[in-house]
Amino acid sequence: MENHTISLTVNGQLEQLQVPSNLTLLHVLRDMLGLTGTKNGCEAGECGACTVLVDGEPVNSCLVLAVELDGREVTTVEGLAKDGKLTPLQEAFAKLNAVQCGYCTPGMLMAGTALLRRNPNPTEEDIQKALVGNLCRCTGYQRIIDAIMEASRQGGAR
Amino acid sequence: MTITESGLVGKSVQRTDVLDKLTGCAVFVDDIQFGPNLLHSRLVRSPYPHALIKKIDIKKAEALPGVRAVVTGKDLSARMGLYLIDRPIFADDRVRVYGEPVAGVVATSENIAVEAAKLVEVEYEVLPAIYDPVEAAQPDAPLIHPDLGSYSVANFIFPEPGTNISEHFKIRKGDVEAAFADCAAVAEGRYRLPPIEHVPIETHTSVALSEKNGQVTLWASSQSPFAMRDMIAQGLGIPHNKLRVIAPLVGGGFGGKAGVTMEACAVVMAQAVPGHPVKLRLTREEEFVGTSVRQSLVSDIKVGCDEDGNLLAMELTYYFGGGAYNDYGVNIARAAGYSCTGPYDVPNVKADSLCVYTNYPVGSAMRGFGMPEIHWGLEQIMDRLAEKVGQDPAEFRRLNCVRTGDQIVSGMKMTPIDLEACIDKATQAIRWDKKEEPTGPNKKRGKGIAIMWKAPAMPPNPGSAAVVRFNEDATLQVEVGGQEIGQGAFTVAAQIAADVLGVPYDNVTVSTPLDTKYSPYEWQTVASRLTWSMGNAVKAAAEDARFQILETVADAWDEDIDNLTIKDGVVISFKTEREQPLDKMVVYGMPNDNFEGWKGGPVVGRGRFMPTYVTNLDPETGQGTRAVVHYTVGAQAVDLEVDLDTGQLEVLNIASVYDVGRAINPDLIMTQIEGGAVHGMSSAYESIKFSQDGQVINPSFVDYRIATIADIPGKIHGDYVETPVEDGPWGARGVGEHVMVQTAPAIANALYDAVGIRFSDLPLSADAIYLALEKALDQQD
Repeated sequence: MENHTISLTVNGQLEQLQVPSNLTLLHVLRDMLGLTGTKNGCEAGECGACTVLVDGEPVNSCLVLAVELDGREVTTVEGLAKDGKLTPLQEAFAKLNAVQCGYCTPGMLMAGTALLRRNPNPTEEDIQKALVGNLCRCTGYQRIIDAIMEASRQGGAR
Repeated sequence: MTITESGLVGKSVQRTDVLDKLTGCAVFVDDIQFGPNLLHSRLVRSPYPHALIKKIDIKKAEALPGVRAVVTGKDLSARMGLYLIDRPIFADDRVRVYGEPVAGVVATSENIAVEAAKLVEVEYEVLPAIYDPVEAAQPDAPLIHPDLGSYSVANFIFPEPGTNISEHFKIRKGDVEAAFADCAAVAEGRYRLPPIEHVPIETHTSVALSEKNGQVTLWASSQSPFAMRDMIAQGLGIPHNKLRVIAPLVGGGFGGKAGVTMEACAVVMAQAVPGHPVKLRLTREEEFVGTSVRQSLVSDIKVGCDEDGNLLAMELTYYFGGGAYNDYGVNIARAAGYSCTGPYDVPNVKADSLCVYTNYPVGSAMRGFGMPEIHWGLEQIMDRLAEKVGQDPAEFRRLNCVRTGDQIVSGMKMTPIDLEACIDKATQAIRWDKKEEPTGPNKKRGKGIAIMWKAPAMPPNPGSAAVVRFNEDATLQVEVGGQEIGQGAFTVAAQIAADVLGVPYDNVTVSTPLDTKYSPYEWQTVASRLTWSMGNAVKAAAEDARFQILETVADAWDEDIDNLTIKDGVVISFKTEREQPLDKMVVYGMPNDNFEGWKGGPVVGRGRFMPTYVTNLDPETGQGTRAVVHYTVGAQAVDLEVDLDTGQLEVLNIASVYDVGRAINPDLIMTQIEGGAVHGMSSAYESIKFSQDGQVINPSFVDYRIATIADIPGKIHGDYVETPVEDGPWGARGVGEHVMVQTAPAIANALYDAVGIRFSDLPLSADAIYLALEKALDQQD
């Protein structure tokens, strides 16, 4: 397999990486950079657990080849809180108990963050549309919706 | 959140694990870094549901560069199981289900392991397969376990060797025949449920390491590290102290990560490559194909009442489709047997609850453990009987529901509950008496109710242990062996310890990950038993630590211990008003008042709990003094509408009310109620689908749909009542599973109210509903 050199900015840090052609962003993050907050749920783009932001847009990192991302900017769940301060969305998830087992949570946070950046005042329906690809088996979703609404009232994605 | 006043029990304190889970710090098995020594693995799975293995040729696989080992069941005589030891780690002379592990390949990369698995050549002789539990229970059915009679089995499980019946639980109570003769109305029916999957978002993952000194370590996504250690240790002949199971957080369990699924395969593969950790991570497809499922059930129910609606008699046969291996399933059939009537007071009962081997996936524990299965039929047939005697379904349930002190179906006296209060709250929340208008044209709207009961289904004596260990600054570790699977068990443990010890909640850390080498024993994180059983142990450990602290201070001050208490982390005397902060003294002790010598020492509290009062039941009648520790009960009422053009259901409101005994953390209870309602609703639409040849044909999120954020009910009204149990901490009992037990029949009853059609089979798919509506229209024409 041919290796490619790419530069990737991950959570503000510039990384120079040698990646084989078939390596997905999910595996670059988890296996090469040790950023294991991004979860592997299906590797088929069906569950949303591996959602990260590429140039601010939510993507299933299991469906993106790393070689396509030369020069791009990636944000993962580890890049949300800055200097120990949670984002309003993380705060809202904590306050409203929108977390149970926590395996879908990073993907939910990334999809919710992208939505709030795009649309600072989403309706419940907007949230349902934006997060329909993020599966959760524990929470029943309502508190995730409520947390995104709450974060929207508290100043959005930041 | 800092809560400094005592009285933490009853407060919705923040989860102990929430910051980790929100910042990407939470560690699951797949997140642990093992370095360059790590090897990867893949299982070779059976393409047939039932076949003899004639030959396995591993030469080509072994020859692939990067392959380090290929293992098969050839040299393994081990079988495993919790209640019925019936399961080989890798198939021995035959396979009994599609997807059964036949061999395992260890390689330097996952890709090489995948390629090598394809090179393992297996020659099969296909045997006739059987899928329907009723057919499989017949005397002439092909035998799936010809050696059933030689398997080890728990003394409360009764297999019937020479058949496919792995458990036969009987209830014989009163005179059913005579009672039916006295009935003014009788309802009868057969109800079916397909097998469904747990679908945790984290697939089963484990890493095993066998070291050259004989030490084996297994990192596993496990609800029950101790039970896992026990089963694998017994199966492979490893002493318990040489097998260490480390269980980090679990990314969704729902029963599917109780017991042993594929973890023993990882250990056997690791033993072939000593010194190398071997990772076995199931793909999503394997999670659907190769893990345990909620068992299918066919239930035959006959129930009768007098003209006033009083239940007189029930006759029941439950055929659980236990799948290829029935280890846990036998106890599900047993639990369904001793709770066979549902939450009703019925004087005359004849019941046979069978677990039956089939060539479908292995049946096992799933949230509710037999109760969602039996309530699907029970709660619909009660509606039908109510209709026959002209009673409102809610009123009929109020009349007949089980009450504290009733002699229930197993002969035990009902432990304290208030099911009527649950019914009242659920019906009020949903405006039961008001007929609502549909929200659009060509829709019909209806309401339904269903009630439930469930006892923790366990051996009579599952134990819990806990340790409380102080640090110099009066922060402390609570050590438990119960697992955090999302339900909030660690939070409740921390809350209980802080409350008893009179220290701020923030002072408490729960020691993680669970590790059989260091954590105190816990039987399993199943049966909704942690708040209750582990809670009792944590409370006892904290009380022990509290006594050690107060005794030291009382000695040092020469005061009566009864005059002392701990508040906000300070020991105070009511009598002398002296104060002693906990920091330092909980480790260094205290000097005597005269400065001659010291008292105390490092505070380590220990506690344990084990129910000692559960009795065995008569194998012929199912009667005994105390079948179970206690029951949790609840009611759900559903308001829904159905689109007549598409058959699509839309749940507008679910009111869901349970008697929790005592709410330790009210908001965590609400999170269970809400998540459970959606899980219950989703389960009504779910089904594993099989080809005619017994292959799973929908092993992906696209083909096996679970509820998404767009599918949730318009509203979930959660509530609880508190009738304390006698044997739980502050009266608390479990509620984690109960919250989805009766959702499907509540939906079916509401659907009947809307369109006048009964559905006896799950799933309630839109096409099934649409076709039934069409058929009803045709019949009208």
